[in-house]
Amino acid sequence: MHLDAAYLSFFFRWLHIMSGVMWIGLLWYFNFVQIPSMPKIPDAEKPAISKVIAPAALFWFRWGAMSTIITGLIEAYLNGYLADAITLGLSNHSIQATRIGFGMWLGTIMWFNVWFVIWPNQKKALGIVQVGPDEKKAAGRTAMLFSRTNTMLSIPMLYAMASASHLPM
Amino acid sequence: MKNPLESLHTTIVLGVVLTVVMVLIINAMYS
Repeated sequence: MHLDAAYLSFFFRWLHIMSGVMWIGLLWYFNFVQIPSMPKIPDAEKPAISKVIAPAALFWFRWGAMSTIITGLIEAYLNGYLADAITLGLSNHSIQATRIGFGMWLGTIMWFNVWFVIWPNQKKALGIVQVGPDEKKAAGRTAMLFSRTNTMLSIPMLYAMASASHLPM
Repeated sequence: MKNPLESLHTTIVLGVVLTVVMVLIINAMYS
């Protein structure tokens, strides 16, 4: 093993995968576990989720998203396919660049949703930012629907990411 | 009308449909 450019590229791929597991793992925790379980929890016990678990999960969720996009862009740059992927492989007619490009764009939409829709609305829904009861309820619904949007997008995103490297042309 | 994303099952089905559409688009680009 040599500490060369190839290793540096692999190193950022490792960081990218770990960050992605943190992000999408928590996204799926919210959608597959926490949201469906909330109606089954007695009101007196709900603050354990809304005041303790959800804020901690949201911290690692949004910073996992940030770390995933930053390490992904670095990895694409180091491998020399950043521009080809952004243009969906149209610039160099490479199916691998097209596949990873679809994954990158879907991931970028998801990252935007996390930082500019879900997190601002969750701050209102969880009482981190004080708002009236109607706005609080509406913010919770918006955050939930965009979280669901990201769950939906995660399915083609992961297909695109994995197929770029692992699916024969 | 209820938003289809309120259902987790519908969300997953829509994700799979989007995946199929994406694969068809990519295949069409290289056929």
